[in-house]
This record gives sequence, C-alpha cells and structure tokens, in this order.
Amino acid sequence: MSNTDIAVTALNEAKVGSAGVVEQIDLPEEVSNYLAHLGFLPGTSVEVLRRAPAGDPTVYRIDGVEVGLRNETARHIYLRVTSVSKAAASHAKVASHKNGAHR
Amino acid sequence: MSCHTAVADPELEKLAHEPPAANGVPNGTRPRIRTVALIGPPNSGKSTLFNRLTGMRQKVANYPGVTVDYHSGKMKSIGRSDLTLIDLPGIYSLATYSEDARVAVEVLTGRMPGVPRPDCVLLVLDATHINRQLMLAAPVFTIGLPTLVLLNMSDELDKRGGQIDTLALAKELGHPVALISAARNKGLDVIPEFLARESAMPDAGSRPVQLPILQSPAITRGWATQVTSRTNYVTPATARWTQRLDAVLLHRIAGPLIFLAVVFLVFQVVFTLGQPLSDGLGNLLTALGAHAALLLPDGWLRLLLRDGIWNGVQSVLVFLPQILLLFLFIGILEDSGYLARAALIADRLMRAIGLNGKAFIPLLSAYACAVPAIMATRTIENKRERIATILVAPFMTCSARLPIYTLIIAAFIPNKLFAGGVMGLRALVMLGLYVIGFLAALVTAKVLHTSVLKASPAPFILELPQYRWPTVRSLVLRLYDRGMLFTKKVGTIILSVSFAVWVLSVLPVHHGQLSELTSSIIGHVGHWIEPAIRPLGFNWKIGIGLLGSIMAREVIVGTLGTLYGADPATHSLALQTALRHDITLAGALALVVFYAFAMQCMSTLAVVKRETNSWKYPLLQFVYMTGFAYVAALATFQIVSRLF
Repeated sequence: MSNTDIAVTALNEAKVGSAGVVEQIDLPEEVSNYLAHLGFLPGTSVEVLRRAPAGDPTVYRIDGVEVGLRNETARHIYLRVTSVSKAAASHAKVASHKNGAHR
Repeated sequence: MSCHTAVADPELEKLAHEPPAANGVPNGTRPRIRTVALIGPPNSGKSTLFNRLTGMRQKVANYPGVTVDYHSGKMKSIGRSDLTLIDLPGIYSLATYSEDARVAVEVLTGRMPGVPRPDCVLLVLDATHINRQLMLAAPVFTIGLPTLVLLNMSDELDKRGGQIDTLALAKELGHPVALISAARNKGLDVIPEFLARESAMPDAGSRPVQLPILQSPAITRGWATQVTSRTNYVTPATARWTQRLDAVLLHRIAGPLIFLAVVFLVFQVVFTLGQPLSDGLGNLLTALGAHAALLLPDGWLRLLLRDGIWNGVQSVLVFLPQILLLFLFIGILEDSGYLARAALIADRLMRAIGLNGKAFIPLLSAYACAVPAIMATRTIENKRERIATILVAPFMTCSARLPIYTLIIAAFIPNKLFAGGVMGLRALVMLGLYVIGFLAALVTAKVLHTSVLKASPAPFILELPQYRWPTVRSLVLRLYDRGMLFTKKVGTIILSVSFAVWVLSVLPVHHGQLSELTSSIIGHVGHWIEPAIRPLGFNWKIGIGLLGSIMAREVIVGTLGTLYGADPATHSLALQTALRHDITLAGALALVVFYAFAMQCMSTLAVVKRETNSWKYPLLQFVYMTGFAYVAALATFQIVSRLF
C-alpha cells in the first residue's frame, strides 16, 4: 500500500515514545479479528513504549494494556502519528539506531 | 465517581433487604440453579477467583476431543456446596475460530457432552482496562443466561487513579455489576448474594437478547467505547513500578543479563536440587519397600508387591520433587509478571526455529526432565506451537540419560587431556551428546514448522501484565494442582505400564518358579530382536537393556549389571570391564547416540498423552524418535567401525 501522507507510518517504523491512532490494518480477516479483540482497530490510540532487547518484538500500549507485537505483524498496521514527546524523542534516538537497519 | 457499594443493581439492592431463605435455597422446591460458569479474558484474574470460590476441592478434566482441560469444583468456600462452578478457558471473544472459544460456546449453550448446561454466569473483567474487556461481555450476554459482571482488580483501579460508576454500567449492560478484588479477597460477598437471588427466583427462562452489536469487532468496540464513556470511566495510569522495573528488566544490556541470571538460577535449582531430591526420595522408597517386603512371606506375592507395584509407585513419585520445584519457579515468574518479559526477550531466538518466546523456559527445563517441561508448555497459548514444543522437548538431554552416558564414557573413552589440560576428551564427548540432542530438537522444530504444524495465522501477541507480588496462596494451589494432576492422571498410566513390564520380565512360570530375566518373555524378545540391532553393534544383552529401558532410560544400567553379573563369563568383572569385553567402541558410541535420540520414557509419553488429550502425539513421538535414534546409531556404528 502506498501512503502519500507523511504522518502515516507502519507501526513497526514508529519511533519509541511516539503515539498515534491506528489508521488501517492490512491483515487477513482472521488475524485482524483477533487483533481487534486486543484493541487493534482503526481509531484506537497506540503508544510505542519500548523494544525488546533484540529489537523485536516491540511493546505498545493500547487501551491501557501493554502488548508485545512482532515487527512482522506490526508492519501491516498503519499508524497516524500524533505526538512525539520530548522525553521520548531523546529516548527514541538511542533506540532507533537498531530500528533503522532491518529489512 | 468510584462506586463502592457491594453490588450495583437496583433490583438486587432491594432484594438484599429481604430475609434470604436458609442457604439461599427455598424450602421444598428443587434448587433452580446447580451449575455456574466462570468466564473471562486471559489475565483477568479468573483463576484466582475460581480458587477463592472453590478452595482445594477442585477437579481437573478434559473436554472430549480437545486439548483444553477445565477445572470444576463445589463452591464450598462461600457456603454453596450445592453449586458446581465450571472454569471456562480464558478468551477474548466467543468467535469460534479458536478451540478455546469453541469450548466456551459449547459449554455455555449446553452442547458440550458430559457437562451440564450452566444456569448462570459469573463474568470476570479486568477493571483496569474495561474498554477491551467489554468485547467479551457483549457476546456472553447474547447467550441469555443470568450474568453477574465482576470488575476484578478494584484495588489496582483505586491505586492507579482509575474510576468507574458501577451503577451506570449495570444500567447500560442490563446485568448487575460489582467491583471486586479476588487477589485481596474484597467484595466477594456479592457472589453468594447473586446466587441466592438466582436460586430464589422462579425459572424465568433465558433473558431476551438485546445487543445487536456483534456483526463485527469494530461495531462491538464502538459499543464498548460508548458504554465506558457513559459510565465516567477513568482509565488508570500504568503503575509507576512497572515502568521503572521494565526500564531495567527490558533494558538492552541489563535485560538480557538479568534474563540469563534468572534462567541460570531456575536451571541450577531444578537440576542440582531436584535431582538429589528425586534420588533421595527414590532411595527412601526403595528402602521402605524392602523393609515392608520382609513382613511378607517369601514368594511371588512379595515379588509382585515389591518389584511389580511398589517399584511402579516409586517410578511415579520420584518425578514429584522436580515437578514441584519447576512449578514453584514458574509460578513465581508468571504471577509476578516476569515470565511475559522473559518470553519477550527470548522470542527473537526462539523464532529462528519456528517457536515463540514462551517455549524457552519449558525447553530449558527439559534439560532436567521432560515431564515437568511438557507440563510447563501450558503457558503457550498457540496450540500448534505448544504441540511443537511438546514434540521437541524430549530431545533435550535430560538427567535420566546421564547414567548410561557416564557408564559408556568411563568404560570406552580414554581420560585424555588437551588444550593445555583445560579440556578433556571425556568432557568433550559428553558435551557432544548434549549438542546432538539440541540439534535434533532444532531440526525437528524446523521440520514441524514447515510441514505438519505450519504456523497458524494467529500472530504472536504477548500481553505484559503489571508486576505484582505473587501470593503464597496462589503458589500453593498451583503446586497442589500440578502435583495432583501428575500423580492421579499420569501416575496411573506409568503405574500400569511398569507393572506390565515387570510381569513380562518374570513370566512364564516354570515349576512354580518365576523366570529369571534372561529366560523371561522380555529376555526372549531381547534374543529375538538381536538381528535387528546387530547392525548397530549391539548384542542380545544390550537388546534386553533397551527393552527394559522403554520404561525409563536409566533402567538400562541396572539391567546390564544384572545380565553381566549373571553371565559366568563376565560375572567376576566390573560392569565397565565386562562391557569392554562384550561390545566394540563403535557399538558403545552407537549406544549413547541411540540414547540421545530414542524415546525411552513411559512417563514422558504418559504426560504427552495427558497434555494433548490424544494418543496421536505420543505415538508419533515414539515412532519418530525411535526411528531417528535407530538410523543415527546405525550410521554411527557403520562409520566408526570403519574408521577404527
């Protein structure tokens, strides 16, 4: 899928500390239904909390619950980024070195 | 506002002022309710509540045809021994694409064979994130059973500044709602009140279904969001402790180091403390059996009771120390919330072989013993990955392989040192045996992942619960539950098989005398299979040893001792010397390679049968591992005998 809007990014590409709203989920119905019951639905807000020490999975906060999602799943979920907090931005700098490299 | 009345339901509050009938059951009439179902999403504290309501009086059973098992128990702890509580699997929705959800629907609608249709439902939801939890509430209400909604973890909600108006929520949902804390035993009085009211009411039949919101998760979700916003729900903040701990425990450098330290500690304790405890218990039971046997007249009855039955009992009980130790650790790790973090750290590694992070601790425990390891795979929700983990776990070098390894290494491998005396040839061979077991597990997992057990579409999703102190009560109940499950359900299989093996080793009866091992049925079969095992470099004595160790691997050392001791040609020699006279180096190496791969453990097969609720997997595992072992031992013998 192509995105002209720069604020929309695949969830796994979103920086640690940033937050946004789920825009779209590009997964088979069975999988997206399962994710929906965990709160991953268009319109819900997500916060990128931290990456596992190996860089994957990443921990997100959604609906007040912390959920670890592999990048292979997260890259099919698109996020409209609404905020990158200052504290998080400096935090994200450290974490994003690893993040930029994959695939 | 935070509503702290016991229960938020206008109807029920009115009722609370009326004198309830004794024990909640009206006199002279057939009790209207008998069975209560407990349902809730994973991590909602459902099991804690179940334990609070039933205490130790619970039963574990399998639903027919599925791997899901369930607990049920009389609600004695709240004075309602007349009611049976059924614990349903923890699920996020009733949509039937998962086995757990299908089981829940079948039980709730009374279509599950052998399980009575529930008369009412206790729905447990985690009060700290109602939005998502209500996604399960909607489909449960449509079943039409009287339902009490229990918002659990009220203490957490309060502590972290969350709020909810339960009265408003009850009005929205059309069912009574109450805030409780199962862990702190708070607010649970509403449950007997609700049950008393349901018992007293005339059978009104099912309530009408009033929620046309199930067409899609998005619509259900929209409804849930509306409901929570109308009930002044304030989402609690994430506990600061969890944030601080995760900053360290999931730190890029400190995280893996702490993880390794925890893993090492678990492994060390299960291995170094569990093994001597098991051995000690085994010796104690042998001594007890020997003393008790002296009270019996010499003869077949004494042999039957001591060697046939008591040995069987012993072979079940020696597993208990390791099982209990491992589950004590897993209990602490899981209840505190660290197990989920460990799975997050290990996931990358485990994914390489087609498993997920949750398989790490079970596979590691399999180095001590596959039996508790397989029981520990219950934390893996994904059925296919759980079965893959169960199937590869017995390849890990368990402690029962060590007696034959050390015997053969001591007898055949020279005590040579190299690399400046740091490394010994014997240690290297031992290490090699550990490595080939691990490689076999790896290859098998990979093969399973790409063939029979293709990755299911369900993605790996890991909830990270808030850190909490584990409670002693929950740990004790867990140990009791695991211990009982093993001794009752698995023990009976082990006991009967070990008894059968004993019978085969003393029959037929000649002139009123039981057979010696060599002339018994097993002995004859040992001779009979010699042509099949000769290409591996084994003779009939090894053949009998192999047959005997179908029960348990370590048995072969004792069997070989007996056989070589009874043989006039070797009876004066120590077992190691006798073995060197009898088989070649190539044959000896083939023997340990065979032991590295073969499935020679009745207890493991029994526990696999129990955990998968099917004979298919233990059979598959037995045939596959034994075939693997045969081919590998054959190759070892043929190659090594040509080299030396």
